[in-house]
Amino acid sequence: MVYLTRKAEFSASHVYHNPAFSAEENLRVFGKCNNPNGHGHNYTLEVTVKGPIDATTGFVVDLKELKEVMHREVLDNMDHRFLNKEVAEFSGPQALIPTTENLAIVIWQRLAPKLKVAQLHRVRIYETPDLFADCYGEV
Amino acid sequence: MKVHLSRRYWFAASHRLHSDALSDEANRETYGKCNNPYGHGHNYFLEVTLSGPVDSATGMVCNLADLDGFVHSHILERFDHDHLNLRPEFAGIVPTTENLCVVIDGIVRRGFTQAHLHSVRIEETMMNSFEYAGGAELHP
Repeated sequence: MVYLTRKAEFSASHVYHNPAFSAEENLRVFGKCNNPNGHGHNYTLEVTVKGPIDATTGFVVDLKELKEVMHREVLDNMDHRFLNKEVAEFSGPQALIPTTENLAIVIWQRLAPKLKVAQLHRVRIYETPDLFADCYGEV
Repeated sequence: MKVHLSRRYWFAASHRLHSDALSDEANRETYGKCNNPYGHGHNYFLEVTLSGPVDSATGMVCNLADLDGFVHSHILERFDHDHLNLRPEFAGIVPTTENLCVVIDGIVRRGFTQAHLHSVRIEETMMNSFEYAGGAELHP
């Protein structure tokens, strides 16, 4: 079993706000992240897949295919977007708050069913170099 | 779904690797330059990883302000710009980065109650790092 990690970057803005909270509670819980006009980050996404090495190609996965899936399922939809308004999981009545934790889960849920080429092991998303979240698909 | 959330911090501290159980010669042999009697220092990078379900009201495993506050007051203020060998936490313990991991893991695991501590990871230099998960296996 070999683990292979592909990295990508995207930039997006977001705001943390729970409509069920009062204005004061939102500010207390989310601090500066509650600024209604939003703010942005340069996110770094690391997708790790695992599998045996194919005897013919020497690959665990064809990186080209992995890159395509990451672009189609995540980057094309999130890069240079306002997550709260333009990304389905973070907008609308059932919206999740677009924290780093929820981004890791959403990206896992988008990638796991689409990755035919290898088994998804970990989604790691860096919001800044000092803060990141990992999802292993554990319930 | 369960998520691991990691936050990085750094602090500067000095130490000397020396075991009272070894002779001076054996100490020099074992620890090399790290046995220099006057000690030496590092910029330690500390990664604290919490794990748990995401709170549906906040979208968080843990409020970062709580974690930052705890790590600043219990770890950084304790060790930053100090000599590890002279700290009570290292009485009778050689302040290797392995032991530093165990000590910091213990402080956070006992004192931080807002979320589950999964592991701590410390980079002593850019070339070496150490991880400890309270004695458990590191990865799911």
